Order: sequence, then C-alpha cells, then structure tokens
Amino acid sequence: MNMPAAPNGPKKLSLKENYALLTRGLGWDTSYEDMDKAFPLDKFEGIRIHDWEKWEDPFRLTMDAYWKYQGEKERKLYAIVDAFQQNNGQFNVVDARYINTLKLFLTGVSPLEYAAHRGFAMAGRNFRGTSARIACQMQAIDELRHAQTQAHTISQYNKFFNGLHDPGHMHDRVWYLSVPKSYFEDAMTAGPFEFVTAISFSFEYVLTNLLFMPFMSGAAYNGDMATVTFGFSAQSDESRHMTLGLEVVKFILEQDPANIPIVQRWLDKWFWRGYRLLGLVSMMMDYMLPRRVMSWAEAWEMYFEQNGGALFNDLARYGIRMPKYHDVASMEKHRLSHEVWGIFYNYTHAAAFHTWVPEQAEMEWLASKYPETFDRLYRPRLEYWRAQQEQGKRFYNPTLPMLCQTCQIPMGFTEPDDPTKICYRESDYRDNKFHFCSDGCKDIFDNEPEKYVQSWLPVHQIYQGNCFRPGVDPTAPGFDPLAEVLLYYGYHVGEDGGEYLDSPDRRNWEQWTGKPAVAT
Amino acid sequence: MQIDIKTQAVTQLRQTFSHVARYLGNDKPASRYQEATYGLQAETNFHYRPLWQPELELYDKRRTQLVMKDWYVLRDPRQFYYGTYTITRARQQESMEKNIDFVERRGLLRNLAPAAVEALVLALVPLRHLEWGANTHNCHVTAYGWGTALTQATMFHTMDRLGLAQHLSRLGLLLDGNTGESLAQAKALWLNHPAWQGLRRVTEKMLVTQDCMEVFFAQNLVLDGLLYPLLQNHIEPHCAAEHGPAISLLMDFLPQWFDETSRWVDAVTKACVAESAANHDLVAGWLAQWGALVNDALEPYAGMVLGEKGPQAVKAVEAILEARVGKLGITLDRAVA
Repeated sequence: MNMPAAPNGPKKLSLKENYALLTRGLGWDTSYEDMDKAFPLDKFEGIRIHDWEKWEDPFRLTMDAYWKYQGEKERKLYAIVDAFQQNNGQFNVVDARYINTLKLFLTGVSPLEYAAHRGFAMAGRNFRGTSARIACQMQAIDELRHAQTQAHTISQYNKFFNGLHDPGHMHDRVWYLSVPKSYFEDAMTAGPFEFVTAISFSFEYVLTNLLFMPFMSGAAYNGDMATVTFGFSAQSDESRHMTLGLEVVKFILEQDPANIPIVQRWLDKWFWRGYRLLGLVSMMMDYMLPRRVMSWAEAWEMYFEQNGGALFNDLARYGIRMPKYHDVASMEKHRLSHEVWGIFYNYTHAAAFHTWVPEQAEMEWLASKYPETFDRLYRPRLEYWRAQQEQGKRFYNPTLPMLCQTCQIPMGFTEPDDPTKICYRESDYRDNKFHFCSDGCKDIFDNEPEKYVQSWLPVHQIYQGNCFRPGVDPTAPGFDPLAEVLLYYGYHVGEDGGEYLDSPDRRNWEQWTGKPAVAT
Repeated sequence: MQIDIKTQAVTQLRQTFSHVARYLGNDKPASRYQEATYGLQAETNFHYRPLWQPELELYDKRRTQLVMKDWYVLRDPRQFYYGTYTITRARQQESMEKNIDFVERRGLLRNLAPAAVEALVLALVPLRHLEWGANTHNCHVTAYGWGTALTQATMFHTMDRLGLAQHLSRLGLLLDGNTGESLAQAKALWLNHPAWQGLRRVTEKMLVTQDCMEVFFAQNLVLDGLLYPLLQNHIEPHCAAEHGPAISLLMDFLPQWFDETSRWVDAVTKACVAESAANHDLVAGWLAQWGALVNDALEPYAGMVLGEKGPQAVKAVEAILEARVGKLGITLDRAVA
C-alpha cells in the first residue's frame, strides 16, 4: 500500500472545471452510423447550429450533487406532507371556495408538469450536443418530480373535497382542459428547438411568475400549507429551469443570424398561446382566491410589462423585438379575468369546479383594482346573477359555446378597443371556415393551418358524437347527450361542478369545520 | 390503562383518486408509488400529429412492435417514484463518497506506476462513453415509451447512467491527478482503439434503432447483462490483482447498482414475455440478435484486459445471461431466426 503522504497532490478543481471534465467530453461524433441518423430531429426546423460546444451549461450540476440536494428536499417535503395529513391540514384553509383553485391546478397544471417531463425527455434524446441533452434531461426528471409531488400533496384534499378525483382522465376529455392540453401538445409535436423555446423560454422564463407562482402565493395567503410547501420546494428547480430558458434562446440566436426570424416567429406564437392560457390564472387570482394576493392587472404590469419589457430590451441586441400583440394583452388586462369568470359562471355545471358571485366586500376590492371597468361593465352583471340566484333561478347556460380554433377557449373575448363587443375573426382553409377569438390566434392558425385544423375541439367533438362512454346508445329513447357527456368526462354529477353555495363541498365544510362557507 | 388523544372524527369521501381506484379494482388506500404512477400519461384525444412523425400520435403504442394489453403491468419492484429514487441514490452516494475520499486522500491511484495507470485507463475509463450511450438509449425509451410505470423507471435509469458516466470520469481524474488527461486518452481509445470498437459499434447501432422496447432490451438486458457480470467477475478482480485493491473501492458501486436495477429489468422482461407468445418470440429474437453483436464486441475487450482468459470469461457471462433469461421465461431456441 502507498503511504498517505502523497508526493504530488491532485490539482484543485473549481466546480466549473469539475463539471466540464465530468460532462463535456462524454459525447462523440458517431462513425459506424450516420450522425444525422443518430440525431435525426435537430435540423428539420431550419435552426442552424455550428458549434454545440458554445452551449454554456446553465446548471453545472453533476448527478452526485443532484441526488444529494434533491433527496434532501424530498425528505423535508414529505415530512411536512405527512404532518399535514396527520393534522387534517386541509381544514385550515380560509374557506372551501379556495379548494377550487386546487381543482384548476391539479386538473389543468399538474398534467402539464407531466407533459413537460416527457417533452424534455424528447429534447434530451434529440439534441446532438451533450450539454444541451443533459440540461434537458435534468429538467425532464425535475418535471416528473413536480407532477408526482403535486399528486401526493393534493391527494389529501381529494379525500375530503370533490372535483379532484380524476385529473388525468378529465385532462384528456374536458372542454376547458383542452386549453392547457392543446397548448402543451402543440409544443411537444413541434421540433425540439421550438419545444424548448416555447416551454423553457416563453413559458418558464417569461410567464412562470404569472402561472406557477400565483397558485403558490395563493396557497400561502389562504392557509394551504401543503401546496405552499411544495411551491417553496419547487422554487429552486424553477429557477434552474428559467436559467435554461434564457440560455436556450441566447444560444440559438448567437449561432446563426438565419435563426433570428424563426425564433421571433416562435416568440410571437408562444407569447400569445401562453397569454391565452393565462386567462385561467387571471380568474383564479381575481375571483377564486378568498384572500387575494394581487390583481391580474397588477401581476401583468409587474411581471410582463416591467420584467418582460426589460428582458426584451436585453434581447434587442440580437434583433429580437417584443412579441406581437403584447399591446393587445395590456389593453385587455382590465377585463380579462372578468370575461373568463363570466364564461365559467355560465358553464360551471359542465366544469369540475364551482363558481359563485363574489361577496360585496370582494366586489369592492375588484372595483378598487379595476376602477375603469368593474363598476361599469361587470358589477351589474354579477348583481343581476345574484338577484336571479336569490329568486331560485341561478343561471346556467344550457347551450354549447363556439370555441376558438387555436386557443380553444369559448369565444367570449372582446374587441381590443371595445370591451362591449365580442371579437370574431375567421380564416378560410381547404373550403372550410375556421373561427378565432383574436388576431393573435388567427395569425397562429394562418402560419400553420395544417396543424391547427387537427385541433380536437371539445364542442365539435360533442356534436359529432365522440364524447359518449363506450357502449352508450345515443338512439335510445330519452337519451340526454349533455348529461352523457358529463359522465364521459368522469364527473360525479351533482358533486364536481355547479354553484358553490349549492354544493356538497360547502355543506361538508360547514359541518366538518364549523366555519362559514364564505370567509369574511 | 388506555391513553386517548381526542381527535375530531370526519368520514373522508374517498380513499384515493378515481383513476387509481379503477386500476386497483376499488376505492382503497393507495401507496405513494401507485398515486405517482397510474394515470399520469395522457392517453387519448391528442390534438396534433407530431411534425416529426405525422404517421403516429404524440404518445403511441406503435412505437414498438411489442404489444401489451396493459402497459402498467410493467411496474418497478423497487417502487421508485422521484422521492424514493433520489433519497435512495443520495444515501448510496454518501457511502461512495467515502470510498472516493479515501482513495483520493491517500493518492492510492494517482501514485500508481505509469504503466499501471495506463492499463487502468485503457481497461475502464472509456466505459464512461458507453454509459453516456446507455443514458441516451434510456432517454429514448422515456421519450417514446408508453405509460408512466415504464417511463418513469427509464427516466431514473437515464440519470443513473449519467451518474455512472460521471463516476467513471472521477475514476479517471483520480488516476491522472485531476488533469483530465485520462479522459482525453479514454476518448481517443473509445474512438480508435480496436479493443473498444465493437462496443462503440453496438452503442451507435442502438442510437439508430427506433423501436423503443428493442432499445430497452438491447441495452438494459443484453449489453448490461453481459458487460456488468464481466466487469464484476473478471475485469475488476483482474485489475485489483494486477494493480492493487484501490480500484475495487471505486468499482464497488457498479455491481450493487447492477443488482438493484436488474430486479427492475427482470420484472419488465418477465411481464413482457408472459403477455403473449408473439412478445416472447420478439424479445427472444432481439436477445439473439443483440446477444451476437455484444458477444462480438466483448471478445476483443475481454481479450485486451484479460489476455488468454478473455474468451473463457465471455463464455462464462453468456452462461449467466442465459440462465437469467431462462428464469424469466425466455426460451432462446424459439427466437425468430
């Protein structure tokens, strides 16, 4: 055996050097097989990469460190989730209306975490650059973490509240969940560069403070310790993902000037796709949280107009400009949440969460946050609905709405310069007419019509008879197609949707906690 | 005397998610593994055909010839979900770290004679590239496989293989005193040395293999099933005998890891071939075809390290794999020619 006193000690390595040595040289150019056959998908989008070595590793995490950090985070998270369950922490939230944000989250967002996991696994397979593959794989496994920890955290709520019991089944079928589903499938069915631009940059970097974080902040404000613990635990993953998003876009832009117009088109598309998806978050922030964090308009100003504006200023040196129609999004910020809540109030009997008319004090809050629009445009409608409800005529809309071919949201949005007039746009393609909620959605369709004609539009599908359970006979006497659709969705009819004040959730809450159904 | 903590009694509405209850047959308490696995992947009503493969759906069972009525029977006996996976690996890494630290502090590898260093680099360090290949192959299965039961386990396996590649890189750095020279040498060996070309050729062939279950079996059952016993039973004991036992401290993790992950690979294999005669014959065919390629690849490698004992060692590990797959229900002579 050698003696411990080594004559020449090893060279000291910085973290960066260590990472580079352990990682960078792992890949090689294949010679027994054609490199373009081994990595067939990283050229067809037209993005030109001359030197994959220029990819700066944004994480510099080796697997030993990854296991150590993440294992420790998981130990802590599950200790808290266990304690939460043992102590019936689900009853510590402000009131049972809050649970509806979790329903939206578990059915609308958690499946996206899973989709991100698989999408990044695809990118982690398909880039020929070693560091780029590793970065995507790290995010792939992180996203799996998020999908699974969300299921475990919200599992406890599912045992006591309705609407949470079948998230994956609903995500594949329910009308409004086709909005997030189609958003992510749009990215995954694109090539690997568009996918990472869409998800890492537009979604994670530009919009995460408007999507993931409002749910977590909402949890903190409303006494949901389980979700907020998960949120804090995921925060360090998210900041890694944001770093990757910026790195991806800069890398692509720096590789070749021919990449710039392609990336700009993707930024335009994914900004508008993402913004439309955020319509769901806007109503959550303004209407669904009993204790509100900030208004949608304030969040948009802070996180998009200020932070996003500064980001796009930085990117101007690459020849990148602000995404198209960002000005429209800003014009809409005083009405977006009200229009979306209105849609869901109409169709809540076909949704897996409850809606309600805000209390007077909440209307005052809305009026103070939306002085130009709320009292003039939206309060009268809410008060009318309240009056109808008090006469035993709670309004439900029994018809099916027309959906936008691109974002798949019912066509309830208004003209950019007139909040009292519904916005309709249309395009002709292959002898068919296609309908859109906005110029942004129409542009996206017009750029790739062959993709968006394929949209699985829930309302069209219902009318075509594709939303009934197997074995059901639509010609049977007394067949009620809409009732049958709710069963196809996997709903427990009478429990999962409808007016909050009439719901079993409300009754159980009062009985179990002795607290009021609507916190004051 | 009985001690009671008074708690409020509330009858919960349900025990688990509906999709888990459907899978389990009724609503009963489910494990974290079950709630983290069933129903996660989208299954229907896909919106757009992939630009990169318009003939198939985004997720599509037809990305392999293997046919399963229910892909969720391919469960992981370790019941790994993200939390249990990372916590397990973190614990193992801790003990591995002690070994590395011991070897590093005492300079057990960097103070070896230059010829010994060279021999160890030649025999072991190019494996980092093979592991990187294994990483990519498992990532392929994760990307294109069907069902979270399988694809979450291949995700963990993907990251394991990166971890192994990095572990072998650290072995190189312990040999070269952190200069990275051994890694540059190893890459040149991987690219050019005749003894490594067979393994590189097999690895590259897997990179152009599309069928995701074929890739799964080629790497995780056949290549690993031959290579890891060769490393454990022959290469590592040989290196230790020739160049001192320090190398064994660093190689210690590999057989442990192989034993643990083999339990999972075996469970998947068994369930696949038990499903139908067609599956059996398909897997047996892949086994025969990739087995022959890997055998050709291992002979020069084993010969280089073990000299005249090489062929015998390769035969021995072939017998091990044959016995193993026999226990899993595979009859090799029924393989498709």
